[in-house]
Amino acid sequence: MMKPWKFSVALAVTGVCLLAAPLAVAPKAAYAEPVRVAEAAPAQTAPGGHAVAGGHENVVDEHAVTFPPFDATTFPSQLLWLAISFGLLYLLMSRVALPRIGRILEERHDRIADDLEEAVKHRTESEAAQAAYEKALNEARTKANTIAGETRDRLAADSDTNRKSLEADLAAKLTAAEQRIASTKSDAMSHVRGIAVDTTQAIVNTLIGSTPASADVERAVDAALTAKDAA
Amino acid sequence: MTVDPIHQFQIKRFADLLNVSGVQFSFTNSAIFMFAIVAIVFFFLTYATRGRTLVPGRAQSVAEMGYEFIAKMVRDSAGNEGMVFFPFVFSLFTFVLVANIVGLIPYTFTVTAHLIVTAALALLVIGTVIVYGFLKHGSHFLHLFVPSGVPAFLLPFLVVIEVISFLSRPISLSLRLFANMLAGHIALKVFAFFVVGLASAGVVGWFGATLPFFMIVALTALELLVAVLQAYVFAVLTSIYLNDAIHPGH
Repeated sequence: MMKPWKFSVALAVTGVCLLAAPLAVAPKAAYAEPVRVAEAAPAQTAPGGHAVAGGHENVVDEHAVTFPPFDATTFPSQLLWLAISFGLLYLLMSRVALPRIGRILEERHDRIADDLEEAVKHRTESEAAQAAYEKALNEARTKANTIAGETRDRLAADSDTNRKSLEADLAAKLTAAEQRIASTKSDAMSHVRGIAVDTTQAIVNTLIGSTPASADVERAVDAALTAKDAA
Repeated sequence: MTVDPIHQFQIKRFADLLNVSGVQFSFTNSAIFMFAIVAIVFFFLTYATRGRTLVPGRAQSVAEMGYEFIAKMVRDSAGNEGMVFFPFVFSLFTFVLVANIVGLIPYTFTVTAHLIVTAALALLVIGTVIVYGFLKHGSHFLHLFVPSGVPAFLLPFLVVIEVISFLSRPISLSLRLFANMLAGHIALKVFAFFVVGLASAGVVGWFGATLPFFMIVALTALELLVAVLQAYVFAVLTSIYLNDAIHPGH
């Protein structure tokens, strides 16, 4: 079983070999060109070892001798065309493409801002409507309360009046009844003396067989009544 | 079939145009690809925005995202004044991005794998920083090299360091892009050689060739990432350097 670090080392070594091999092949392929060898590579010998068999069949033109990115003969052309193409790109971007995209974004931004503004307006309106509704509701409620209160007061007053008149009626009847009782009572009391006199005459008659004089009897009854009243 | 991993970087001369006292100007494959990049960028952006719709389609979304991405990048690093450089940074970003991605297609040429191209772009950036800095701030631009709030005896050293760091910017900017593109393409080519080499060795070789083949697939994905990332890095560093031209004081 392979340990992880061994695997890493093997991978690294393989990688280095893989990268090194073609680089080693490259100069050999370049210097294999008969004419250029004398001029460009006077002393260097190519590393042999793992040269690919096809190396000598390469079609190598004059630029293969120097590494292309460092081939100064191509610099003027590259700079010229870079200047022209990049200049063109800059012009096209700054004059045409970017203002165009910028305008689109600006239009959208404006549109969104407008829509938001409208939404805010609508919200304000709806809030105002809500406030008006609540105000109306409150007014209606107050009004209903007032009406209810008034009705209650009126009913209370009515019943009060009824009650008072009834009470007055009753009181009047009571007074009348009391007066009648008093008169009946005084009537009755006034009859008591006559009855007493008659009774006394009857009793005396029964006892002695003769009827006493009314005046005497009346006097005796009065005296008795006075004594009773005094007692 | 060539077994030369640097063959893909060769400049092919199609027509020699003019020769100014020994300096040869030619129409080359590099020039064709540069114009192809410009055409791709321009036609994509105009095609994407042809509808100018309020609700963007896919292509228009990409164009708008690119616009806002670079605009945000420039605004974040260089402020609102830095927006004068927005078309410049946008052009740089799209040029490098499309050059890198086009270069990944087999049989194409990678413009940004040439040091002279990346160096020219980097020098263009630094040149813009210097020229704009002096035009806008005059000699005040030199305060860029003088950090404030530093003891006097340290100042000479720090100025030297600042100058060196400023001068190394175009070097790192150009070498980073160049080396990434060069190394990636060489690695791809090397593994491609192994596929062909092993496959020509018979039936066993066909099985062996699948290994580097999958390696190529993985490397292509990685290179796509590198292509986008390097364009992004180039654009970000450009905006940061341009910020120095606008705000030279530390």
